[in-house]
Amino acid sequence: MAETIEDGAQRLRDRFKDALTSVVVAHGECTAEVPAARLLEVCTALRDEPDFGFDELIDLCGVDYAEYGEAEWIAREATGRGFSRGVRGPEDELRETPRAPSPRFAVVYHLLSLPRNRRLRLRTYAPDADFPVVPSVNEVWNSADWFEREAFDLFGIVFEGHPDLRRILTDYGFVGHPFRKDFPLSGTVEVRYDPERARVVYEPVSIEPRVLVPRVIRHDHRYDVDRPEDEGREAAGTKRP
Amino acid sequence: MPEIRNLTMNFGPQHPAAHGVLRLVLEMDGEVIVRADPHIGLLHRATEKLAESKPYNQSIGYMDRLDYVSMMCNEHAYVLAMEKLLGIEPPLRAQYIRVMFDEITRILNHLLWLGTHALDVGAMTVFLYCFREREDLFDCYEAVSGARMHATYYRPGGVYRDLPERMPQYQPSRWRSARDLKRMNRARQGSLLDFIEDFTERFPRYIEEYEALLTENRIWKQRTVGIGVVSPERARQLGFTGPMLRGSGVEWDLRKKQPYEVYDRLDFDIPVGTNGDCYDRYLVRVEEMRQSNRIVRQCVEWLRANPGPVMVADHKVAPPPREEMKADMEALIHHFKLFTEGFCIPEGETYAAVEHPKGEFGIYLISDGANKPYRLKIRAPGFAHLAALDEMARGHMLQDCVALIGTLDVVFGEIDR
Repeated sequence: MAETIEDGAQRLRDRFKDALTSVVVAHGECTAEVPAARLLEVCTALRDEPDFGFDELIDLCGVDYAEYGEAEWIAREATGRGFSRGVRGPEDELRETPRAPSPRFAVVYHLLSLPRNRRLRLRTYAPDADFPVVPSVNEVWNSADWFEREAFDLFGIVFEGHPDLRRILTDYGFVGHPFRKDFPLSGTVEVRYDPERARVVYEPVSIEPRVLVPRVIRHDHRYDVDRPEDEGREAAGTKRP
Repeated sequence: MPEIRNLTMNFGPQHPAAHGVLRLVLEMDGEVIVRADPHIGLLHRATEKLAESKPYNQSIGYMDRLDYVSMMCNEHAYVLAMEKLLGIEPPLRAQYIRVMFDEITRILNHLLWLGTHALDVGAMTVFLYCFREREDLFDCYEAVSGARMHATYYRPGGVYRDLPERMPQYQPSRWRSARDLKRMNRARQGSLLDFIEDFTERFPRYIEEYEALLTENRIWKQRTVGIGVVSPERARQLGFTGPMLRGSGVEWDLRKKQPYEVYDRLDFDIPVGTNGDCYDRYLVRVEEMRQSNRIVRQCVEWLRANPGPVMVADHKVAPPPREEMKADMEALIHHFKLFTEGFCIPEGETYAAVEHPKGEFGIYLISDGANKPYRLKIRAPGFAHLAALDEMARGHMLQDCVALIGTLDVVFGEIDR
């Protein structure tokens, strides 16, 4: 196929105009953002119009952008309070948590067009962070059924119009949405067998959350786009992006 | 006249034909399935969330444990996603090794699938035959990585180490006679490549053995022909990939259509079914084993002729050699930083997919520039396939449900993640 990915992106811009808030090409992949209100209209067109022909929904997932770009275990603070080992103390609880950015939850769709051999990533943000709602694409692609149930289960994103929005991966009677960034990695309850009551009981977790390897963000000059050529690294077998 | 009601039946999670921990709630009208509601998540380990709390290179081992019958293919997608964002390309020899082990993994996966599928339907012998060949392939895994299943062999920038020059041999013991020992070590006299080549020579004959037991077997055909028919339109609508899609007659294989690594240099065919039933999917998978065997042979030939590095020389992502670390301060620092802090991946997002034995296995990776993934989504092929079980099972008899679970090739490590 002679058409490049950039051409495909341009065709998306021409066709949908303001229905797509942005169309970006990076790493050889095309990403389009669509407002939740126009999602169904765009999806149906992408599936049905032969110019696009995205007849398969490969993947659908939720994303929680609450802590995007935040590092853990910042060294500046550790000098004032001693070396904290990444354990959250009581003073962390008192510190006011920064308000999540307003489009906190996003739903990302990975589409595949078999006739045109193309991929497209669609992203839509749930307008309300406290009660995220996105229309369901179950009618457009039936494979969305379980993927939407999964995103609902793990992130608490509600898909309007889904026929059977139940939890799918977590335990029966589970409370909370475990993949949200404010849900602790260790969970909230643990189970054990209680011989006196002769049944399994749920109790609050007894282990402390602990960060073993801090999350650090470095601005690595090696990946700067306008970095001057470095012959030594080229010879070492590394390809520039 | 008693009241006639549909019966709700629980299938699994401890049923041997449920392939792990599938709980199926079946609504039955007599022996006919009216509705099948799979309850999954009994093996949910939150791999994606765990990966978000670990440096990138420490999560490769988790990938093995997703689909625990095709370990290296899972690693492959994850490693590809990292390489895409880092903008590095592994040396050619590493790419050939990866392709070779991908295909060995495909044979491993299909052998387990064939054995258990046939066992569920009632053919015991196939199961024993398949596991005999799996042993040899596990030995290849062990020779190259030290682990028989969870290899962690693929690394960003290449593979962990080059193929060994000597294939490990069985040692004498009081439990084995000298004659047995000689027979067992017959193929292990040379290098790993010699052993694999010997296997590829033997393997087509083994496939004929399986086919002799099943392909024209009357019971096997009665249990699979016309069961779980999926039309090509429905297959696309339901998000099918891999042999499930090809069984319905759609010619789609990422190795051909969107080639990664060196698949575009290799010669192989894509088998396609016509009816989209369990029997066609069986034929497709058996033929895939033959094609995988062909690819492995081509890789062996190339790897014999072309020695070279198997890892990029960039020590920000690949550890320096041991000998260098003993003398060079810089190398020691690189090693220490790599195995404590890991490496940072530039901000961005990517989706990398491979043609996994079960279908399209994809990794969607969002990086915010840190040493840990911001979000990692694993696109497991079995998840979409199992979601279609309800539609496929409707109107079939209870015993067909077992054949359907077999044909879906479900493994709960990847579905529940």
